[in-house]
Amino acid sequence: MRSLLPILTKKNPLDLLFSAITALASMTVIVFIIGILWVLATRSWPALQKFGIFDFVTSLSWDPVKENFGAATSIFGTVVTTVLSLVLAIPLAIGIAIFITEIAPNFLKGPVGIAIELLAAIPSIIYGMWGLFTLAPLMSKYVEPALQSTLGKVPVIEVLFRGTPLGIDILTASVILSIMIIPFTASIARDSFNLTPAVVKESAYALGATQWEVVKDVVVPYSKLGVFGGIVLSLGRALGETMAVAFVLGNNHKIATSLFDAASTITVTLANEFTEADKDIYLSSLFGLALVLFAMSFATLAISKVILMRAEKKYPR
Amino acid sequence: MRQMSIAALAMVIFFSASTSSAADTLNGAGASFPYPVYSAWAYDYNKTTGVKINYQSIGSGGGIRQIASRTVDFGASDAPLKPEELAKDSLIQFPAVIGGVVPVVNLEGLSSGTLKLDAAALCAIFLGDIKSWDDGMIKGINPGVSLPKKDITVVHRSDGSGTTAIFTDYLSGACKNWKDKVGAGTSVNWPVGIGGKGNEGVANYVKRSSGSIGYVEFAYAKQNNLTTTKLKNPAGTFVDPTFESFSAAAESGAFDPKKDFYLWLTNAPGKNAWPISGATFILLAKDKIASNATITKFFDWAFANGDAKAKELVYVPLPPALKAKVKAYWKEKGLI
Repeated sequence: MRSLLPILTKKNPLDLLFSAITALASMTVIVFIIGILWVLATRSWPALQKFGIFDFVTSLSWDPVKENFGAATSIFGTVVTTVLSLVLAIPLAIGIAIFITEIAPNFLKGPVGIAIELLAAIPSIIYGMWGLFTLAPLMSKYVEPALQSTLGKVPVIEVLFRGTPLGIDILTASVILSIMIIPFTASIARDSFNLTPAVVKESAYALGATQWEVVKDVVVPYSKLGVFGGIVLSLGRALGETMAVAFVLGNNHKIATSLFDAASTITVTLANEFTEADKDIYLSSLFGLALVLFAMSFATLAISKVILMRAEKKYPR
Repeated sequence: MRQMSIAALAMVIFFSASTSSAADTLNGAGASFPYPVYSAWAYDYNKTTGVKINYQSIGSGGGIRQIASRTVDFGASDAPLKPEELAKDSLIQFPAVIGGVVPVVNLEGLSSGTLKLDAAALCAIFLGDIKSWDDGMIKGINPGVSLPKKDITVVHRSDGSGTTAIFTDYLSGACKNWKDKVGAGTSVNWPVGIGGKGNEGVANYVKRSSGSIGYVEFAYAKQNNLTTTKLKNPAGTFVDPTFESFSAAAESGAFDPKKDFYLWLTNAPGKNAWPISGATFILLAKDKIASNATITKFFDWAFANGDAKAKELVYVPLPPALKAKVKAYWKEKGLI
């Protein structure tokens, strides 16, 4: 408020009006967030009260018939698909960014960059339809049997490749998610790489560094904060993505041990079950799931902010 | 084809909505299953009378809540509400059209109506007790049909749905094991199988994976030429899913106006009745007298003129005797 005072004490009424409008505009965001949190909290209260907050979050049961609800299976699915999609997407995205900024000839930089950004513009429902009708059959026919006959034979990790490959599973969902988040990570990484001062890179080349060494020792360390920011943005997107995975994840409320098992994420459960939730406690439990997701997204953002702040102190630009 | 006609209708309704005045527009919301037929009826009714009925398919759960809070003029639900539930929110309920669920399979060389199943076999398959198509239980009811030694892949709905409610109600009614282990509802805890989103999701997986079995709405199976099975009904007859067997189920169902037509039409006693049938219901608020009169007029018109349209969209119209019962019920409740 202190910083607002000098503006408010200015006599010019137009200035006053303008600052009032901008203040109002930014306040609405806060009001919305508090409002949403309020609705989620009050609507989920009956379920949280009935099952207990701790039990609701840790219970593996999701049985609409017996009216026994717990969030653990959905949280598990959300975390697993998100982590797996990041594992698949980050190396690719950083590779793309390095190619565009450091390696590609100038005539390729534009088209590849635009193609990546177009990928981000595709609505997620289209990824979902493509996933159901094109990717899932390909996965079940070629990719998953191939994985099963190679990695599926390796002791210990073979657990991950058990079961009949049907294409509606964690792996397919994660692949779709990773394709969706590549553009975010890649374009932010590209912009960060571009911020590396040419002088620094040229000095490295002058000292006899190879292209690989320049990328590894100059460009990447210089821009790792930006890249991290892009990853967090992708993480947020993957956590909340609904339509792209709703078709290919199967909405199965079990803890999956294999990549070829169906699972469920919080958003997929909401999208699949919200319209036909016919009992009050069922609806309330769905609101409870939404509240959990809200908390998860908030925590992710908060943790990444803290890491960024610390990193910025440690490596000032 | 159905999707296209729905889209076309939706567009027509959307554009006519912007031109007609709000005063003679009535809003309804609820079950998605009867959406195509309600909007087709509404479109024709609007052309003849100028009264506009706007129906939004938001799901049965939403439909019940919206009419209970009086934000719409009528609600629609695939599952009937019990008289005491209706009394709680002072609602009135009547059936509007019949539909049903059919098991669909993907087995090479088998055409529709070749494979016979009974409740015990279907139940064992969906419980995961039978794992292969050449299991003795299936072979026993299918003498002369060559069944492959192939794993059974069960496909069910991943989203909550009235289709699932009818199917699981049928299994619960016909098979004690199912009732004890799983139960009935719009979504249940499936013991085995994979989930497809919507009828199209289930159909897609059944078409793609050899050895699979799933369940879809009658209309969906018919329009997509999926391989259906014969089912043994409580009277002991093996029936095919046809308009006739659904009508037979509706005729033999004991719809009681005194109980606000509360009835699950599954396992209907008729000799030729399809065992997994269900009516879909309209809910009215007792206190909305003016709009109720318009809505009953609309359904009165639809009962008289809408059968052909319903059949074209693969819904089963109510049998004449049931229509008469519904009209008597309206009169008794003072709606007409």
